[in-house]
Amino acid sequence: MSQARPAPVRASLMVTCLGDMLFPEVGVSIVRLLRGLGVSVDFPKGQTCCGLPLLNSGYRAEAAAVARRTTLVFQDAAHVVVPSGSCAWMVKHEYPALIADPALRATAEGLAQRTYELSQFLVGVLGETRFRSAVSGRVTYHDSCHLLRGLGEATSPRTILRNLRGAELVDLPGHDECCGFGGSFAVRLPEVSSAILDKKLANVEASGAGCVVACDAGCLMQMAGGLRRRGSRARALHLAEVLQWEGASTAPMKLEWAAAAPSKPPHSREGDDRGAGEAGARTR
Amino acid sequence: MTFRERTAVALGDAHLQEALNIATTRFIELRREAFASFPGGEELRDRARAIKEATLQRLDHYLERLVDQVERRGGRVHYALTADEARDGIVEICRRAGARMAVKTKSMATEEIELNEALSHAGIAPVETDLGEYIIQLAHEKPSHIIAPAIHKTKGQVAELFSRELKRHVAADPEVLTRIARVELREKFLQADVGITGANFAVADTGTVVLVTNEGNGRMVTSLPRVHIAVMGVEKVVPSMSDLVVLLAILAKSATGQKLSVYTTLVQGPRRPGELEGPEEFHLVLLDNGRIRQLAGPLREALYCLRCGACLNVCPVYRQIGGHAYRSTYPGPIGILLTAMLDGPRAVGELAHASSLCGACAEACPVRIDIPRMLIELRQGGVEHKTAPWAERVVFRAFAGLLARPALYRLAAPLARVLQRPFVREGAIRRLPLFLRDWTKTRDLPAVAGRTFSERWPELERER
Repeated sequence: MSQARPAPVRASLMVTCLGDMLFPEVGVSIVRLLRGLGVSVDFPKGQTCCGLPLLNSGYRAEAAAVARRTTLVFQDAAHVVVPSGSCAWMVKHEYPALIADPALRATAEGLAQRTYELSQFLVGVLGETRFRSAVSGRVTYHDSCHLLRGLGEATSPRTILRNLRGAELVDLPGHDECCGFGGSFAVRLPEVSSAILDKKLANVEASGAGCVVACDAGCLMQMAGGLRRRGSRARALHLAEVLQWEGASTAPMKLEWAAAAPSKPPHSREGDDRGAGEAGARTR
Repeated sequence: MTFRERTAVALGDAHLQEALNIATTRFIELRREAFASFPGGEELRDRARAIKEATLQRLDHYLERLVDQVERRGGRVHYALTADEARDGIVEICRRAGARMAVKTKSMATEEIELNEALSHAGIAPVETDLGEYIIQLAHEKPSHIIAPAIHKTKGQVAELFSRELKRHVAADPEVLTRIARVELREKFLQADVGITGANFAVADTGTVVLVTNEGNGRMVTSLPRVHIAVMGVEKVVPSMSDLVVLLAILAKSATGQKLSVYTTLVQGPRRPGELEGPEEFHLVLLDNGRIRQLAGPLREALYCLRCGACLNVCPVYRQIGGHAYRSTYPGPIGILLTAMLDGPRAVGELAHASSLCGACAEACPVRIDIPRMLIELRQGGVEHKTAPWAERVVFRAFAGLLARPALYRLAAPLARVLQRPFVREGAIRRLPLFLRDWTKTRDLPAVAGRTFSERWPELERER
């Protein structure tokens, strides 16, 4: 696995607003995973949100202001690792176009080149594809729209999941169909959003997987929220939550919210001493 | 009813849900198979897009050439700036021909100008001859899909409709239903004085109007009545026959997954001396209706649209609500853009948000129209012209202010933790007030974490 590299790879974590406030475990997992792989990880101060919700709702000037300041926050990063495909897409695809100032735009273009969604960083930059699973049984993969169609990334997450030791990747019917999140769309047209979600969750359940993995906090919020409400036994987890570096010595992570579905409470509320195979996923 | 209310009605309609699910799933499969079995598909899309762009860059030139070629072959061309002009012009042609009945092919352009209403008003009976349109006309409805107007109906509903109309029991068997329509329509083809068609394309070099159908009704409508009127948006002109070949192939693959549609009808003016069939008069109505303005407008790319309907079939929103909920002539993702083009951006204040911006539409579009980008621009227009709701603008601007001030942003989590306390159970929220109420109706919401990542970072930093 991770052989000694000539110089340690440096990466800055862009944790994103949802990752920071709602899914801190994802960020923690990423930091431990990357460190386990010999990456030196930092967390630049002053980061907030990428501004995508503003852009998508038509607040372009406001989104541009966020783009400018986030570009400055991350300008010195060697690599930027983002746990959400949509936020990575925002930085890579939209930031340069949002910034008028030529010098800052050039900085944003450089930043776009060095920004990676997590699975892309693991596979594309580090060349790491073999991990131990933190969950047992079958897992399936949902293609997040911005990662799939925005960044054209369908293979990195699948490569990782297919090689996952201790879990089996199964196909998700309609894997490339939207989960119905769409940011403010989920609140503006909640009935339509929920109907799209119902279809997605029916597919998750039909796949036979105990866990649907995604690489976007927005999709996870939507899918996990729906699964929990319907009392499903299936879980929605971030890729980082199901991965463990082969040589991991740290305790398996605790999957606070994702694990606490009412239909099947976790064996232990504390959770930290659980075996890796039980963390969060249905044991089959 | 607001758009949101209309979506709720559509979601509650079991027949609609059944019909939509079956039809859109089938369309998606057919399209996927067509492209999978044709290795040059992506290149063909690029070529089609390039043809559309090159045509728009010299649209005036190609239109002039088209007019010239049609007139040279004895046809007449009418340029309609508005829907009114088009409608009045067509009614006038029918009147002069002494027409009592007009048979029609499926045409979104005639839907756009509400031609059937105008014809009926003038005492000319319009008869739709496309099976889907025939069903819609019997039901007194409007098409709910660009290429499959009756997509919202199950075969059971169609059988009921036919039974009521014929006052006898009709089986819910597509073959039986088609045969009935065929018998009914055969008489009309022979009686009609005027045939009205749309046009999928018109070739500038040759003055050829091109109709793509799978039922052959296009041939009957263009050859049996004494007068043929074709109605076409100005952007449908193509420079040459070789361009046409590319567009026909990409259209059929994208629309129905066919290599070519069953019938491709090429019409060149009225019957010439020595010819056995064809109309005595041929009229081409070129419809502007807001299109030309967009040559230099933000919706220019929407003028590439071939009306294949692929973006509707893959749109998660369309697949849930169908076409009628949009309440516009053109439904679905491209329909929102076309509605903004025809009726102005204010007409799509709500519709511009009828998308999760998943990008499936742009991916399916044969000419790669960036529909999500234009939807965002329409939303932006709503913000800039203050037609977006006041309260929403306040919330988003406050959010933007928060994102620009990290010190304030850091206080958001502790504040949220206090506010959420009464609502949290086992790390999740089942019910919230205000604008988040709509989230929690059907979904749990994760609570703001006991400790955010930022709050955990200092110890995480020490961990190594």
